[in-house]
Amino acid sequence: MTANAPGQVCLMQGNEAIVRGAVEAGIHFAASYPGSPSSQILGMLGKIARERNFYAEWSTNEVCALQACCGASLAGARALCVVKQNGLLCTADALHCAAQHGVKGGLVIVSSDDPSAHSSTNEFDSRWQALSAGIPLLEPTTMQEAKDMIPYAFELSEAVGQIVLVRLTTRVCHGRGNVALGALPEKPRALERVKEWDRMVCVCYMHGPALQKLEELRQRFEVSPFNHYDGPEAPRRLVIAGGTGCLYGQEALRRLNAGAETGFLALGTLWPLPEAYILKHLRAAEEVLILEEVDPFLEQAIQALAGREGLRVRFLGRSGGALPRIGELDPDNVTAAIARLIGASLPEKRPAGELELPVREMSFCAGCPHRATFYLLKRAMRQEKHPGVVVGDIGCYFMAGQSAGQYAYQVCNCMGSGVNVAEGLGQLTNYGLDQKVVTMCGDSTFFHTILPGLVNATYHNANMLLIVLDNSATAMTGFQPHPGTGLTAMGEAVKPMDIPKILDAVGCKVEVADPFDVVEAEKTLRRLLDQPGMNVLIMRQPCATLKAKERSRKPVRVYVDQSVCLGDGCGCDKYCSRVWGCPGNTWDFRNNKAQIDPVTCVGCGVCAKLCPSGAIRVEEESEERNRCVPAGADLTTKGGEEA
Amino acid sequence: MTLRFDPLNIVVCGIGGQGNVLAAEILGSAMCDRGCRVAVGETYGASQRGGSVMSHVRVSNQWDPSVLIPAGEAHIIIGFEPLETLRIARKYAGAETVTVYDPRPVYPLGVLQGIQTYPPLEDLQAEIQSLSSVALAIPAADIAMEAGDSKAANIALLGAFSQLAAAPLSGEDLEKILAQRFRGGVLELNRRAFAMGREAARKGGAV
Repeated sequence: MTANAPGQVCLMQGNEAIVRGAVEAGIHFAASYPGSPSSQILGMLGKIARERNFYAEWSTNEVCALQACCGASLAGARALCVVKQNGLLCTADALHCAAQHGVKGGLVIVSSDDPSAHSSTNEFDSRWQALSAGIPLLEPTTMQEAKDMIPYAFELSEAVGQIVLVRLTTRVCHGRGNVALGALPEKPRALERVKEWDRMVCVCYMHGPALQKLEELRQRFEVSPFNHYDGPEAPRRLVIAGGTGCLYGQEALRRLNAGAETGFLALGTLWPLPEAYILKHLRAAEEVLILEEVDPFLEQAIQALAGREGLRVRFLGRSGGALPRIGELDPDNVTAAIARLIGASLPEKRPAGELELPVREMSFCAGCPHRATFYLLKRAMRQEKHPGVVVGDIGCYFMAGQSAGQYAYQVCNCMGSGVNVAEGLGQLTNYGLDQKVVTMCGDSTFFHTILPGLVNATYHNANMLLIVLDNSATAMTGFQPHPGTGLTAMGEAVKPMDIPKILDAVGCKVEVADPFDVVEAEKTLRRLLDQPGMNVLIMRQPCATLKAKERSRKPVRVYVDQSVCLGDGCGCDKYCSRVWGCPGNTWDFRNNKAQIDPVTCVGCGVCAKLCPSGAIRVEEESEERNRCVPAGADLTTKGGEEA
Repeated sequence: MTLRFDPLNIVVCGIGGQGNVLAAEILGSAMCDRGCRVAVGETYGASQRGGSVMSHVRVSNQWDPSVLIPAGEAHIIIGFEPLETLRIARKYAGAETVTVYDPRPVYPLGVLQGIQTYPPLEDLQAEIQSLSSVALAIPAADIAMEAGDSKAANIALLGAFSQLAAAPLSGEDLEKILAQRFRGGVLELNRRAFAMGREAARKGGAV
C-alpha cells in the first residue's frame, strides 16, 4: 500500500484502491466512522498513517468526522472523510453548510452506497446529496479509476475551493481488480498558518459563489479524462453508464455482438453534468439506455437536458421499466436491458430444478452474547401482564428482529433512534399506555448517537429501560476501536471512556449484568423493568468472534451426551437447536438426538445451562486436541470488515 | 498465460466463516501476478453470521472483466457445502462446468427449527452432478480436521481444485502462494491440508 513503485500492477480491492489514491494524493488528515461497505478504508489508513506522516481517526460519528475535516482544510490540509450512505445523511447539515462556505485545503468525501442492502438496512443513493448541496460528484467504473479519482478529486477541490463527493458502491468497495500504481509524493505539502482574514463561514450570500463554482466545474468536466465514448460518431442507440453498470454494459455488448452500431458513453463525472460532451453523442440518438445504481439520477438529469434542447429521445432505465426499480445492477439485468434496446434475443435459460432449497437466514454468531440477552428479554417480557414494546437500533442486534433474537422488537428506525422512540412511548405510560418500554444499543452506537437521546430521556424522566449491549467492539463492521475501547485508529492506547460513569453523571439508574450468567441477569432485568423512570442495564460480555480471534484455542469442549438427551421424547421440543438457535447447536437426524457442531461451537456453554435434561456437557479442553494453531492465526477470513 | 475460456469464470461459494473470501483472493492474486486482467467480486454482507457467501473470480487476457459472472457462465465452481453448491450451480453452471465441493451439510437455522427441510444429500449430489460436466466431492472439512484444524478446509479444497484439468493454476503455483502468504505453524497446517486435498482429488479421479 505504501510501495513507491509506479507502474507496478497489483490486484486491489476497491477500498484498498481508495487508500492508495489517498496516499498518492498526499493527504494530511483522514476521519471516518465505520460503515459497510467502506469500513476497511480508514482501518488501513490508520495502520500506515505514521509511516506516511498523516493523521487518521475513527471519529465518534460522521458529523465529527466531516467537521474535523473542515477544520483541517482551513489550515490548507488535504482531508479525506469516509462514510457509508447512512453516514453521509448524518452529515447532511454539516455538508450543506460546508458546501456554502467552501474549503481551502482539498476536502474529499468518499461515500459508499449499498445497492440491494447486502450489509445495510436500506438502499440509498448518495448522489442526491451532491445535487442538493451543490457539490461535484465523481463515481469510478473500475478499481483503477477508484484509485486515480482520489488525487483528481483533491486537485479539483483545491482548484475551485469546494468539497468533492466520490460515490462508491458495494461492488467497487468489495470487488478486486488490476490497479497500476502511481508515484507517491516525497513528503506531504507544508500546512498553512490560518490568516486573520481567512474565512470558512456559512452565510447566505455565499450561495451565489457556490453556484459559480459548479459552473466552473462543469467546464472542467467537459474535458475530464474520466469520461469516455466508444462507438459510431452519431449513434441511433446509445448506452450511458455511470459506475459499476459500465463493465456489465460493455461485456453485454460484446456477448450480444452489438458493439459496432451501439454508442457507449461511460461517465465518471456525474454532477454537474458535462452537458456539451453528452449532447455531442446524444443529438442523433433515438433510444438511450441509462445504467446506474439505485435511483434514476442520471436518467432524470439527462432527460431534462434532452428536453431543454428539444431532442426527441426515448429513455430506458431505472424508471422506465427497462431495469428493476430496486436492487443492484448485475450482468443479467443489464444484458436483458441491452438486448431489449437493440432487439436481440437472450441466451436460453435452463429449466429450474425440482428440489426445493431452504434459504439460509442470518443469525447471531455461535457464542454471541446478544443471543442470551434477547432470550432473557423475551422471557421477561412474556411474563409481564401485557406484552411490552421493544424498540430496536442499528448494530449486529438489528438481527434481534428476526428469528435470531426471537423476533424481539417492533420498531427500528436508524442508528441512535432507539432511545428517542422509546422516550416517546415511555412518556405515554403516564397517559394510559400500560406497557413496559425497552430499547437497546451497542457500545459503539452509545457514543455515536445515543448520548443526546439519553440526556433527553433522563431529563424528562421517561419510564423506560435502555439495555446497553456492551460487547467491547464495533462488531458489525469488523471490530474498529471506539471511545470505550481505549485504542485509536493509529494504534495508540488512550484512556477509555467509562459507560457506567457517563450514565451515572447523566443521572439515570444503572446496573451491570453478564448475559451468560442467565439466572442473575434475569433477576436484574426484571428488577429494572419494575422500576419507574429512566433505567439502564449494561449487558457486558465481549463479542464471541473477537474473543475467538484473540485466543489460540477453545477454552472448553461442549458436547451432547446422547445417552442423556431424550431427543424427540423430551418435553423441551428440541429447545437447544430449534428455539435457542445457536449455529453450534444442531440436530443429529440419524439418532434423533441433539448434537454440537465442533467446527462452529466456540465454547460459551450457555446452552448447557438451558438444557432441561442436563445432556449438554462442558469439559475442560485438553492440550492434545488443540494442536497446530498458534495464537492470532486467522486462516479463514480476510480480516477487517464483516458487514 | 493461455486460458481455456476468455474470460475464465470461477465461483467460490459457501457459508460465512468458511474461508472462501481468502480462497478467492489467493486465486485472483496468483493470476494477476501472471499478467492477466483479474476481477474478484465478493458477496459477503452476511459473512460470519451464517448467511450464504460467494466470490466470483474472473480472468481475461483482453478486457477488464466486471466483478460478477453472468448466469450460466461459470466454468469452475468451488463449493464448501452441498446445498450452497447446488444453489450456485443452478444459477451459474453452463455447458462446461466443473464442480469441486465438500459434501458435508451445514444445516440452515430454518431446517433446525423445523420450518424448512434439508433435501436428501443423495438428491443434492445427483443434481450437482447433472449440472456439471465433472463433479468431484471432496470431504474438505474432514481432511482439514485430520490435518489439524477445520479452518484449513478452504486450502484442502484448493488442493483438490489444483488437480482439475480445467484449473488455470497448477498445484505448484498455488503452493508457492501459500508459502508467500503464511508462516510457521499455519503454513505447515495449510501445506498438509493442501497436499491431502490434492491426494483426495487424485483418488477421486480428477480430470
